[in-house]
Amino acid sequence: MEDPKDLKYTKEHEWIKAENNTAIIGITDFAQETLTDIVFVELPEIGKKVTQSRTAATIESVKSVSDIYAPASGEVIEVNEQLKDHPEIVNHDPYGKGWIFKIKLADKKELNSLMSAEEYTKTTKGE
Amino acid sequence: MHEKLGAKMVDFGGWYMPVQYTSVIDEHTTTRTKAGLFDICHMGEFIVKGSDSMQFLQKVFTNDLNKLYPKKAIYSLMCYENGATADDLFVYQLKENEFMVVVNSGKIDEDFNWLKEHSAKFNVEISNISSKTAKLDLQGPFSEKILKKLADASLPKRFHFIETDIMGIKTLISRTGYTAEDGFELYFPPEEAEKMWNKLLEVGKDEGLKPIGLGARDTLRIEACYPLYGHELNETITPIEANLGWAVKTEKPDFIAKQILKKQKEQGTGRILVPFEMIDKGIPREHYEVFANGKSNEQIGYVTSGTFSPTFRKPLGMALIKTAFSQIGNTITIKIRDKFYNAVIVKRPFYKYNGGK
Repeated sequence: MEDPKDLKYTKEHEWIKAENNTAIIGITDFAQETLTDIVFVELPEIGKKVTQSRTAATIESVKSVSDIYAPASGEVIEVNEQLKDHPEIVNHDPYGKGWIFKIKLADKKELNSLMSAEEYTKTTKGE
Repeated sequence: MHEKLGAKMVDFGGWYMPVQYTSVIDEHTTTRTKAGLFDICHMGEFIVKGSDSMQFLQKVFTNDLNKLYPKKAIYSLMCYENGATADDLFVYQLKENEFMVVVNSGKIDEDFNWLKEHSAKFNVEISNISSKTAKLDLQGPFSEKILKKLADASLPKRFHFIETDIMGIKTLISRTGYTAEDGFELYFPPEEAEKMWNKLLEVGKDEGLKPIGLGARDTLRIEACYPLYGHELNETITPIEANLGWAVKTEKPDFIAKQILKKQKEQGTGRILVPFEMIDKGIPREHYEVFANGKSNEQIGYVTSGTFSPTFRKPLGMALIKTAFSQIGNTITIKIRDKFYNAVIVKRPFYKYNGGK
């Protein structure tokens, strides 16, 4: 699967899509493929303040527990409730229905430190 | 070899081993419904022989080896003087005075030294043949059908073994395993490992045989409530605490830790291993703290193994907790990343041998 061009990426394999002052966050196709069977997503609470590069949520496969880092700072305004019963959606559609949470951005300038699709794709090929 | 198959690898006690080839759930389900092939070459094997070998093994192991006869295998534990578990293992009686002992990979040197130290008064010879022995496990309902394509000899019954030739390779075929499915464990010279591996996958293709990694090996054994040394058993846990009293035969003559284990069997222990299923949504993992029902200030134990169960599609695990809280049906509370989740103690095992068929 190609990494969408309109998203920004972290080296920890999260993506973020900014729209005005809010942003949607998820994990990349490379991340879901590496994790394989995603069986649990611990969503952040609405209202929680997240900080760029710090843990915001947790995602678990059968045998592993991984942190999801916030690609940018802000306040959680929405979470993907569907993942509570169907975490496998992240495997099937990581850039669409498998989004994880939305934040109100604290500082849009933080997005400048993130990678483009092209830069990110390159990092996953080397691994 | 494994990386060619697209495996994700992990360093496991110095062995470079596959965690998964495709996905843990897929491999788990394949083993439960068809057949799986496991590379278990890292396990340790010893040969114990000599006129006192039976007496010696009776002294160092907890199960009653008098139940053995040539071509029969039995599970046992080996304990320290204080009753804690040195290792869990399988004993194969090869001949009247010759046995093969299969031990955990991380314990090979320690076990070998322990056996040597305790063998002084006995006429026995102990040798470590681990580096000269490869081991592949063929497990799942189609195992027999697959193995019959290669082995001419009639295959053994459960907990029995034969020594035969497969494609000219001298192989010990044992009808044992670690998955709670019908299946076999194959022991043979390591230089033949690649040939054996490839040939089995080839002849098993029609039955859906697939290579299985360590991830699914763990989820399969957790569902069966089989202990894994370093988790349900270690140098502080006794077999009675781990609910393995059936493999500790206190009525047999003297063996190491007999008095302590006998007392524990009769009077019980302060803590005990229990299987549990999650009530709340969350996945239990090893070392997570366990609390009395809803009481976050009263820790009663910890999780020894936990996973999402591919067969039952829900999170479950085993925990070592205070016996007073261990009744089936009791609610316990597990701390997962600073939040508290309820779970219920259930009957063991989650998954019965052969699916209870």
